[in-house]
Amino acid sequence: MMVNEKRILMGNEALGRGLVENGCSLVASYPGTPASEILESVVRFAGEEGIEVYTEWSVNEKVALEVALAHSYTGLRSAAAMKQVGLNVASDPLLRSAYLGVVGGLLVIAADDPGPHSSQTEQDSRFYALFAGIPVFDPITPREAREMVAGAFELSERYEIPVVIRPTTRVCHARQNVPCAAPQVLNRKADFRKDPARWAATPLFIAELRRRLNIKIEGISGEERYAPTLIPGDGTRLGECLIASGAAYAHTHDLVAEMGLLGRIDFFRVGMPFPLNRDFINRINSLYDRVLVIEETYPVIEMQLSSPSILGRRSKTIPGQGELTPDAIGEVLEKFLDQPEKRRAPAGREQGVRPTMCAGCSHRAAFYAIKQTFPGGIYPSDIGCYTLGMTLGAVDTVHCMGSAIGQAAGFYRAYAGGDFPAIVATIGDSTFFHSGIPALVNAVYNRARFILIILDNSTTAMTGGQPTPQSGMTASGETGGRVLITDLVEACGVGFNREVDPYEVEDFSRLLLEADRYTRSPEGGVAVITARHGCMLEKETVRSQPAFRIRVDENCSGCRVCLDRFECPALVMVEETGRVVIDEVRCAGCGVCVGVCPQGAILRESEG
Amino acid sequence: VRQQIVISGLGGQGVLFLTRVLAEAALRKGLDVLTSEIHGMAMRGGSVVSQVKVGDFLSPLIAAGGADAGLFLEERNLAVHNGYLKPGGFLAVDSRGPGEHLRLDASGIAGRLGSPVAANLVILGCAVRHGGLFCGREAAEGVIGRISRDPFRKTNLAAFQAGYSHEWNSGPGGGAS
Repeated sequence: MMVNEKRILMGNEALGRGLVENGCSLVASYPGTPASEILESVVRFAGEEGIEVYTEWSVNEKVALEVALAHSYTGLRSAAAMKQVGLNVASDPLLRSAYLGVVGGLLVIAADDPGPHSSQTEQDSRFYALFAGIPVFDPITPREAREMVAGAFELSERYEIPVVIRPTTRVCHARQNVPCAAPQVLNRKADFRKDPARWAATPLFIAELRRRLNIKIEGISGEERYAPTLIPGDGTRLGECLIASGAAYAHTHDLVAEMGLLGRIDFFRVGMPFPLNRDFINRINSLYDRVLVIEETYPVIEMQLSSPSILGRRSKTIPGQGELTPDAIGEVLEKFLDQPEKRRAPAGREQGVRPTMCAGCSHRAAFYAIKQTFPGGIYPSDIGCYTLGMTLGAVDTVHCMGSAIGQAAGFYRAYAGGDFPAIVATIGDSTFFHSGIPALVNAVYNRARFILIILDNSTTAMTGGQPTPQSGMTASGETGGRVLITDLVEACGVGFNREVDPYEVEDFSRLLLEADRYTRSPEGGVAVITARHGCMLEKETVRSQPAFRIRVDENCSGCRVCLDRFECPALVMVEETGRVVIDEVRCAGCGVCVGVCPQGAILRESEG
Repeated sequence: VRQQIVISGLGGQGVLFLTRVLAEAALRKGLDVLTSEIHGMAMRGGSVVSQVKVGDFLSPLIAAGGADAGLFLEERNLAVHNGYLKPGGFLAVDSRGPGEHLRLDASGIAGRLGSPVAANLVILGCAVRHGGLFCGREAAEGVIGRISRDPFRKTNLAAFQAGYSHEWNSGPGGGAS
């Protein structure tokens, strides 16, 4: 690529580009919205530039960070990329890594999802940075995200400390014209210098390591280069200022400009929310008597400022929840700056058409069979496309990665001793690898009784189809070792370990009843059924299965059973005729709906 | 040039593809561009919206009442997303029925071209002709030709052209064609 060539890059691609340009030699990640494209773009840019960067989809974020840490111990640059709740999983290695530090630059890219749009919380990863004692950068645009990578590696190596970059959805999934540069080649060789007092630090050494960490954070908070930047006002609003960071800064900037107030009020932009620059804190606390802090999603900057004149989340000036969109910030700014209130038509994302599983999705068939077989069951489920099983009434709980299995065991214990209901947990293949395995071992060991359905569509579908350990393919498309789910289930000590194609609804239902008998038999326990069928978003799946021509005949009574209990987007009610028709554009021709119609009005004609 | 465009549809209808076409067209013209889109759960057939901002913006999001133009691939989304439009902003929607705004049967047109999913490009072609977008026909076609995957290139361009040649009389009272 030409130096300084401009390209349209998504924020995640810009981060990936930054890693490749700055001599990062290892990137490990687990897919999760909004962070999934970071690793994929590292693979792409390294390939384009013909340079070696080792990339891996780790089984979970904890493992990803541990792999990256050891790489850094040898003096090489590394990064671990994940979504914000992935940092919960990686928090164990993260917190200790602050104490022990690093050698080669190590970046943790934790993508937050204010709103949230596609997450189970809207937590703020900058809080983890503050909690751990790790500096964090908060980019405002894709262009800046790429630029921050160079400075973050430099800081990481100069202080021997991990550094967090915290983009949000509006950076990760924004696209922008971004200037790119040729990658720098560092020519480093792995050189691990043993130092057990540091790398294997026992409690004896921890107080000393923490003292050194405190000195590092003190040093960083005193460096002018990480201090917030200022667009100064012209003196008309003396004693007042705005402070913002991340995407919220971008929105605020454009809104203030639109109001004609850019350059009229002191407006600070915080690039490093922790540690907040020492002089800046003093300046704010002593020079201003009206301060508005705008940041997502928790009051991290706000809490480091101690002045009582701070307006923000704690004063309830800023909404305590939800994304800070231009509309949300606009309302706050109008009040703070005494501007006329703009009338805002609702432009929300709350209503509209709700999502559903794809036409032909085997999860739909599986949930249909589960719900029909055990109408009174309890259905713990998990994180992935199949969370949408809620719309079929076959998902009762969703908590965090892997929790379906732990919760199924918990439900069993609550009802054990009596005639317990059928407890049918569902978990996806990638989620099972991520954190289902320890929970399954636990359930077998502690003699829980429930049915676990592993929905195995051979991919990480929700996040764009990343390979799993079972696929035998690595992040860079090379051959990897193959780990089979049914082997794992066997090794977990499960006594009922069967497979089925969920398209075969009758076979599946029979197997469910058999599994139920097993969970209730004297020697029984956890019964596992691996429901295996490829994802319809994978071309190979569609190519390899027959596509039948489906038709609805005049026997359709308009009873809506197929719409309400099966909810395939290819089944459409025509209100004028009161009958269902097939939307042939969307229909995948799987034919599963044929068995759903109580009138027998859905017909499978021929292979189209 | 400063222009804000909102693209609304359902997951799978090609909202992201249109977003990319417009972003690449801006790049070709040497304009600064920012877009915003939502991935993940919403993409499974639910209502999605993406935003394109051309010019010297920092924020990728459009405030209510800020969009100069709206490209609606799904009529049911009008109620949800037309609040983004400026009063008097241009709005094209894929629809067979009569009503406000520029309505055209983009799905029908694309279907007759053999590629129902190219309805998004019919709408784009129409908006490029009638909506005063920052980019013209040549820039848009250049990008579509470059970023379309092989078997779809021809029908994508045909869909764009069909939309472009759609006649519309934007007189008072809106315009059915």
